[in-house]
Amino acid sequence: MPDKGAPRASTRRRGSRSLASLAVLATTFALIFSACSSGATTAPADGGGGALPSASGATSIRSNEHEPVPSSSVAAMVDYCTNKTGLTAPVAITNHNDFQDQFNTFMQGTPEDIVKWFTGERVRFPARNGLLTPIDDVWAAVGSNYTEGMAKASTGDDGKKYAVPINAYPWVVNYRKSLFEEKGYSVPKTWDEFVTLAKKMQADGLVPLAFADKDGWPAQGTFDILNMRLNGYQFHSDLLAGKEKWTDPKVQAVFAKWAELLPYTQPDPLGRTWQEGAQAWANNEAGMYFLGTFAAQQVPPEDQADVDFFPFPTLGTEWDSEMGIDAPIDAWILSKAPKNLPAAKAMLACFATPEAQAQFVSKDPSTIAAVSNADTSNYTPQQKRMAEIIGASGGIAQYLDRDTRSDFAGAQGMQALLQDFLKNPSQDLAAYTQKIQGVYDSLPPQ
Amino acid sequence: MTSDVAGTAAPTPTGVGAAVAPRRKGRGLLTRRDWLILALLLGIPAFVHIFLVWVPTLASIVLSLTSWNGIGGLDRIKFVGIDNYRVLVTTYPPFWPAIQHNLIWLGVFMLIATPLGIFFAVLLDKEIRGTRFYQGALYLPVVLSLAIIGFIAQLFYSTDQGLINGVLESFGVKPVDWLGNSSLNLWAILIFASWRQVGYVMILYLAGLKGVDPTLREAAKVDGASEVQTFFRIVFPVMRPINIVVIVITVIESLRAFDLAFIINRGLNGLELLSVLVTNNIIGEASRIGFGSAIAVILLVVAVGPIIFYLTRTLREEAR
Repeated sequence: MPDKGAPRASTRRRGSRSLASLAVLATTFALIFSACSSGATTAPADGGGGALPSASGATSIRSNEHEPVPSSSVAAMVDYCTNKTGLTAPVAITNHNDFQDQFNTFMQGTPEDIVKWFTGERVRFPARNGLLTPIDDVWAAVGSNYTEGMAKASTGDDGKKYAVPINAYPWVVNYRKSLFEEKGYSVPKTWDEFVTLAKKMQADGLVPLAFADKDGWPAQGTFDILNMRLNGYQFHSDLLAGKEKWTDPKVQAVFAKWAELLPYTQPDPLGRTWQEGAQAWANNEAGMYFLGTFAAQQVPPEDQADVDFFPFPTLGTEWDSEMGIDAPIDAWILSKAPKNLPAAKAMLACFATPEAQAQFVSKDPSTIAAVSNADTSNYTPQQKRMAEIIGASGGIAQYLDRDTRSDFAGAQGMQALLQDFLKNPSQDLAAYTQKIQGVYDSLPPQ
Repeated sequence: MTSDVAGTAAPTPTGVGAAVAPRRKGRGLLTRRDWLILALLLGIPAFVHIFLVWVPTLASIVLSLTSWNGIGGLDRIKFVGIDNYRVLVTTYPPFWPAIQHNLIWLGVFMLIATPLGIFFAVLLDKEIRGTRFYQGALYLPVVLSLAIIGFIAQLFYSTDQGLINGVLESFGVKPVDWLGNSSLNLWAILIFASWRQVGYVMILYLAGLKGVDPTLREAAKVDGASEVQTFFRIVFPVMRPINIVVIVITVIESLRAFDLAFIINRGLNGLELLSVLVTNNIIGEASRIGFGSAIAVILLVVAVGPIIFYLTRTLREEAR
């Protein structure tokens, strides 16, 4: 531990020195600029509370959204905020998965000021390693727009804020209304109702639940929901934080329940991508699909209104009323040494307003704004249901790969381990959970 | 590999010569300018070789004894001894499957793909009709990048949307999970890997066959040797240099196999390979540089060991 602390402190010192010189430089420029243009500095976005220093000039943005729908969301949000603040902010785009692979190197190089990223452990890790600039002053200005849960998801180990949440989407059981009406199915609330419905679907020649895990990560959502419904949000989150052991019999119970669910899910999940699974569901080969609401992206545009969803059924435990759920949050973060700190912070403050987020979600109906005071008047019926489901949950998790250390969540950890379970669900669960704990324990201390 | 040997061997004589020659012979045969040119011509490749081959190799070996998440300066690297290797062989689940899959890969290449490539080369060397077309057809996959071959493989094998299952289904056969079934998927992609390897070996061998002195074959024919005898007794031994290249290439190709498995499922679930494990540990946010390096070192030992053994043996035989 001590040998880790010392170098980090020196990095921070170096960082703060260069930050200080940058700030001086930026102020000088700001002074000259405002003198020349006779007080044309723009006020930061109003969001109540504390004041941010005035900003001008240009900041820069790196987005990890390369697909058409999400990237148009980012563009709409950035356009709104550049107009609002009078700043300029060019957006550079990297492929989503490539960016995750390169994140470390990228953030240590010369990243843009503002970077699109995630919350939870995914933001705590770079914060811990000195790759981010804390933004407590932004939160002082706009924090009142967010719930306590959002604030917690944006906080680093040191108690400082490092992220501005943009949007969230829940993991739910997706279904098509037309199919349910045609066959006379009703939405199940409990496990028993769910099993009855699944059997009825099988009798009708349907696969009850589409299922795919070739990519390694989609099955993690099933683990999350079963664990939260059986053992509660707190246990789930402590387990992923390493405070509880995987060898706990409670974890074995999760896999035992999963084995009960498997007869109703699509066979051979390891050879199928989530897109293929979603297509099977969209084509009414499968009646339901437990996935993030982004499953709807595989449904043709004319059928979008036909898509609906409900929270995963309760399992008859003490946690039924809690209704814990995965609702991953995407967020903006501020890199280690932004070139124009005041401008970047003003931009982030604007991103945290309901107006900017309304722009974002207007382009992508599979997600909702992260602010609690969002303008919901333009929401589609699906977006309203998402807000309801997230609002009704007493424990919002991020997703396994955002809640636990990423070397454990990745291909060499839980991805491979869950595939191991899916390949052989009847294996000895005590030995299996022992193996998971063994992998966790073999990781270096963070 | 061959260039490596040349590269390391080359600088030594000059180094010795440069130090000794001026004192003994004064301004002998070589002028100062000659020495300068020699030093440049040999020094630059030696420098490049040392910095691009030896330094990274040694750095990997050193890093494999450490723990580092890839963030921050070198002062954050922590020495952990052989801990990475211990975890690798005891707890790390994909390690032994990866070794096994690499060996299966090597076996299939050695016993099936490479001999098949040689066989095609011998056939095409006979100048049968349409030989150019066959050459082109067999060589085509070598031109394609393995990433594209991986993509093609998925078009064939996908459970719900693939060509093979589409055909099977039209005959009323239940679809097979080619890429998801961990006892099938390695063999499924080995077919595509071999498809490429056959073409590669074929073109190398064909080039070699063209260089075999035709009078040797004529002499064999005069002596009454059959086609098969001529190949195994005359042509194959004459082709020794090409044989060495082909064997070395087969070993390297099968141990560095990466692209197909990574494209198809990032080396999960039955497609674990050492090279993919290295990558999976080193990319990403919380990367384990030390651990990945340990796997890389094992890969290096596995790859270099058999090649050195084979080369020393054949070179010694040749010297005799």
